[in-house]
Amino acid sequence: MELILVFLIGVLYAAGVYLILRRSMVRLLLGTILLGNATNILIFLLGNITKGKPPVIEADFKVFRDIYADPVPQALILTAIVISFGLTSFAIVLLKRVYALINTDDLDNLNTPEEEDL
Amino acid sequence: MIDNQIITTVIIHLFTAIIQLAFWRKTLTQRVLSITGSFIALIFSAITFAKVLGGSTLTMTAANWKAPFSIVFVADMLSSTLVLLTAIAALSVSIFSAVGVGRSRMLYGYFPIFHFLIMGLNGAFLTGDIFNLYVWFEVIIISSFVLLTLGGRKTQLEGAVKYMALNMLASTFFLTGIAILYGITGTLNMADLSLKIPQVQDQSIVNLTSIFFLIGFGIKSAVFPLYFWLPSSYHTPPSAVAATFGGLLTKVGIYALFRVFTLIFIPNDFIKAVLLVLAIMTILTGAFGAIIKNNIRRLFSYLIICHIGFIIGGLALYTKVAFAGAIFYLIHDIMVKTNLFLISGLIRQLRGTMNMPKLGGLYAGYPKISLLIAVVLFSLVGIPPLSGFWPKIYLFQAAFTGNNYLFIAALIIGSFVTLYVIAKLWSEVFWKEASAEEPVKDSFQPLNIYRKTLLVLPIGILALTTLFIGLNAEMIIAVTDRISEELLDTGSYVKAVLGK
Repeated sequence: MELILVFLIGVLYAAGVYLILRRSMVRLLLGTILLGNATNILIFLLGNITKGKPPVIEADFKVFRDIYADPVPQALILTAIVISFGLTSFAIVLLKRVYALINTDDLDNLNTPEEEDL
Repeated sequence: MIDNQIITTVIIHLFTAIIQLAFWRKTLTQRVLSITGSFIALIFSAITFAKVLGGSTLTMTAANWKAPFSIVFVADMLSSTLVLLTAIAALSVSIFSAVGVGRSRMLYGYFPIFHFLIMGLNGAFLTGDIFNLYVWFEVIIISSFVLLTLGGRKTQLEGAVKYMALNMLASTFFLTGIAILYGITGTLNMADLSLKIPQVQDQSIVNLTSIFFLIGFGIKSAVFPLYFWLPSSYHTPPSAVAATFGGLLTKVGIYALFRVFTLIFIPNDFIKAVLLVLAIMTILTGAFGAIIKNNIRRLFSYLIICHIGFIIGGLALYTKVAFAGAIFYLIHDIMVKTNLFLISGLIRQLRGTMNMPKLGGLYAGYPKISLLIAVVLFSLVGIPPLSGFWPKIYLFQAAFTGNNYLFIAALIIGSFVTLYVIAKLWSEVFWKEASAEEPVKDSFQPLNIYRKTLLVLPIGILALTTLFIGLNAEMIIAVTDRISEELLDTGSYVKAVLGK
């Protein structure tokens, strides 16, 4: 399981970096989404994946007797997913507005001079 | 010591924003609420500051769970100073916004978003949990996205794309760093991390993680070579927004760098050298960028970058004197940079443009306002005994003791270029005769006295604070000395949070 996740994270980071380096705005957006997801899976992986061991102390004991699934990484990922959802939806609307204004997807065309500079 | 009062500044801004949302489209009520809220926050942050100054580091634990399991808020000397400065800057900006921001922007929620932004800044300065710091950073950037794009002009949106792309990337780096940090230590509390990081067997992975934080915070604080988003976005929004951004947003990145690289990662010689090279390059590129700009706000944007280099240099030297100089510079910089962007907004009100060749004759038209602005510009340049002068002595002294002559050279070049561009700005904007062909669009003169006061008063408040910092340097140095002691000896911070 860990090995699959390691490869998945690698592929997602590589694809994300490749897409961000392109000049197209849509690819930039997709790249940031992929990088964000790769990071979320990284948190998941580094929190030590444990299967079928909920973090609940058994009734007769005061401490954990066995290894347990760490709940903190899941809380972190959930927070990170919500945040990146908000940011991504803002980014989509922003890029759509920019596309409507300048009629191109090319990031190199984002240099309209200010009226005051002319 | 546990004191729940430190969280009040965050709560005040949160509730100001929420109450303003209830008065959607009632711009007058929002303006009054904004100034009142910022004023109350200023009082409470001053109380926090006084408590920390007179006592020791204060903490607040969420839901009274013991640290390191709960999220802690920590007000040590550095945090409480920055919260106080944020409050002063926020009050000035909210007064200025009452007239300086167009009604159309206010109708679309300028004030609530502004208060959410300031809330995020306060939270970031106060939190003692690394993941919580990430969340506050996200609060800050989403608010700043909205403030930057509010109004929807073409140049604004174009600037916002660059700003958004690099800031989202910075957050990803930061989050990746947190993930690895949690993987190797199993904790997120910064004080606890400070104890656990030295125990990690493989220190090379610790150094690698620190680079993730360096890149993430480096983008946010506009350090070379990651600053390109700043000059291409800061000149686009209204001046009140640019003032908040220029004065406070890059500084929160610097605060995070200081916190992370003194408390969690103690930098080795290699990272110190990297920081020093970055500082020197930041100073030089910022300075040379400022020389060629004709738009006042673009010029100020490059000056921000140049002076960020001074502060990062102080961090890189990593001695008590260097920290004192860097923190003093940070204090001075927040006040002056906020004021510079407010001034650029005022100049636009007076003349209808911010392009230096088209400006002129302001001193003849408005001698009193010009003198007020001169005080700020002199402080920026660092004419003794004003506030920009004292931290530079400390930085020079620290660099001399460490034999870092390249950094001294960069400091001198940076200071001289600042002097040159400010002299150019003064002669172009204030002394030069106004050109006869250019029609003057003075939208300041027809305003009533009440509105005029609202525009000039915040600049006066900030200029007075700058004067106070410069003329009471002894007091500020006592504060910065204590800050640098606390930064170098993390024991007091750890003891305050963990109680051991």
